[in-house]
Amino acid sequence: MDQAELKKQKERWSQTTLKAFVSKSPERQAKFLTASSEAVEPLYTPLDAGSDEYCLNQGFPGQYPFTRGIYPNMYRGRLWTMRQYAGFGTAQQSNERYKYLLANGQTGLSVAFDLPTQIGYDSSHSLAEGEVGKVGVAIDSLFDMEILFGGIPLDQVSTSMTINAPAGVLLAMYLAVALKQSVPCTELRGTIQNDILKEYVARGTYIFPPKPSMRLIVDTLAFCTREMPKWNPISISGYHIREAGSTAVQEVAFTLADGIAYCHAAEKAGMDIDAFAPQLSFFFNAHNDLLEEVAKFRAARRLWARIMKEKFRAKDPRSMMLRFHTQTAGSTLTAQQADNNIVRVAIQALAAVLGGTQSLHTNSRDEALALPTEKSVQIALRTQQLIAHESGVTNTCDPLAGSYYVETMTDRIEQEAQAYLDRIEDMGGMVEAIEAGFVQKEIQGSAYRYQKSIEDGSRIIVGVNKFQLKEEAPRDLLKVDPALRQIQINKIQQIKTTRDNARVGAALDRLEQTAKGVENVMPSIVDAVKEYATLGEICDVLRRVFGEYRQQVIF
Amino acid sequence: MEKQEIRILIAKVGLDGHDRGAKFIAQALRDRGYEVIYTGIRQTPEDVAKIAIQEDVAFVGLSLLSGAHNQLFPRVVAELKKAGAEDIVVFGGGVIPADDIPFLQSQGIREIFTPGTTTDQMEEFIQRILAERA
Repeated sequence: MDQAELKKQKERWSQTTLKAFVSKSPERQAKFLTASSEAVEPLYTPLDAGSDEYCLNQGFPGQYPFTRGIYPNMYRGRLWTMRQYAGFGTAQQSNERYKYLLANGQTGLSVAFDLPTQIGYDSSHSLAEGEVGKVGVAIDSLFDMEILFGGIPLDQVSTSMTINAPAGVLLAMYLAVALKQSVPCTELRGTIQNDILKEYVARGTYIFPPKPSMRLIVDTLAFCTREMPKWNPISISGYHIREAGSTAVQEVAFTLADGIAYCHAAEKAGMDIDAFAPQLSFFFNAHNDLLEEVAKFRAARRLWARIMKEKFRAKDPRSMMLRFHTQTAGSTLTAQQADNNIVRVAIQALAAVLGGTQSLHTNSRDEALALPTEKSVQIALRTQQLIAHESGVTNTCDPLAGSYYVETMTDRIEQEAQAYLDRIEDMGGMVEAIEAGFVQKEIQGSAYRYQKSIEDGSRIIVGVNKFQLKEEAPRDLLKVDPALRQIQINKIQQIKTTRDNARVGAALDRLEQTAKGVENVMPSIVDAVKEYATLGEICDVLRRVFGEYRQQVIF
Repeated sequence: MEKQEIRILIAKVGLDGHDRGAKFIAQALRDRGYEVIYTGIRQTPEDVAKIAIQEDVAFVGLSLLSGAHNQLFPRVVAELKKAGAEDIVVFGGGVIPADDIPFLQSQGIREIFTPGTTTDQMEEFIQRILAERA
């Protein structure tokens, strides 16, 4: 059927069949919107989807532009890595949780650090009060890291570490632990998040100003491409941008804009795009709107491939592959009727798998209340295993391709994200757009509208603004003992009396000199870590040289 | 008293960077006509008390999602008291387990708002306190 005929018939259907039906029984809402507030039509047809350019826009899995996935057979070969983000309390407690997860069939580790660790303060620092071991594990020195990975052979697991401003320090500690296990660093598999730009706009664990922060990232990129070929030295993250309230389009646009900024910085430092781009990895959110999310992942893959090929002139196809981790959307979990979160997470996880993710964290039902219990974490992991082994969606590549709706949304998200990228480029790039407050304002506006729509009831959240129940406040939640800070402080004191303090001082001096110069700082950080310099001591040296970032309050 | 004469400080104490809720509340109260100041993230209890006094606010709303509320919220109240500003009403919100609420209230935090609280509920609280004082 040709397009003109199809158009005529669709118009006729709309004016007769649909109109007559709706005039008798009106639709539930005046308009239907996605989770990102995009209007949704009652029907999509080949008129909407750009299916006439199949080879150009969809193509084949494992081939440019990778819309249909980065591997030729996707999950028929290997399933995604099931990787639950975990960590709390002391290194000992977290080590036990990791062993529990591995015993339950988890296939990769993901370390959550507490806030003092993420911001480069030792547990003994005054600003660490109340925060030690709370949102993750407390790591003050190599000593803690040795306990954290005790009995876990690092040549057999891959480890993701959510660490940004001090990413190089934690990477150095991981290397040092591996060396003690006689595992060469060329064999280590894993990821450091190491994505500072989104910290300024969405997540908040920055330490240094943008310029020296970008230098630290380039140093870790260069170090990893040279020494750790199986390691992902960065995980460019849209997850937190979405959690801060952005739309799906903004999540894609701002994440890829961050990626572009890192590529420019690495090129400026003399690196060849194909030398580091295959090691870049990404991290996205899986939100509630199942089909919009699937389209988002597909659009992100296609857009990144095009950027790498057309803008950066990459030649290696691996440079054009957007490999990504996904986490279900913590911000959508409700404290009310918390067990409903199991269902939310299942839908979101399904979106990630239908979208072709390489690894996945599924949130636990009780995360809106406190740290998850072992039972809750097990259900979350089982959710992934169910999708993998029972749902059948893993049997073929990109199963929703060809859906008129999904293809239309994939095109739209790509186009709208590209429009943002153009605006950001006009501003001089992502660092400049962040400094101008543009990105923050865009996210805030979306977050405000979303919450308003919940308050005015136009967006229904089950158990929150509809179908409420009177329920008892939950008790017996997992709690971190406040005495833990003292345990950490004692350990730091013990280390400071047993290590060779002259060697520590010399290593920190060398680090200071390197940081002031232009050489790669990673080798000096590795040396300091091996001497049991604490995280706080190392970051204090860098604070002295680089200064500290002060957030501009945009409100 | 007119709404625009009522000054409210929304503050993020501790190292936690989750500011979506704090910014929403700040903007929603501003949209309803209150004079609202937002501190930005990573403030110490001392910073918050100082800003509250300098800005002559009637209310301080603390937001924290990292679990450090039992340590940090009472310190804000103590700092205000130390400066003779105990008339400033302190309330809080975030991921705060029900078990912790009686302790926080005993430490002088007037109200704890848990997830799902609406702007209406928050405004009712503000108006109730103002009515008590009138």
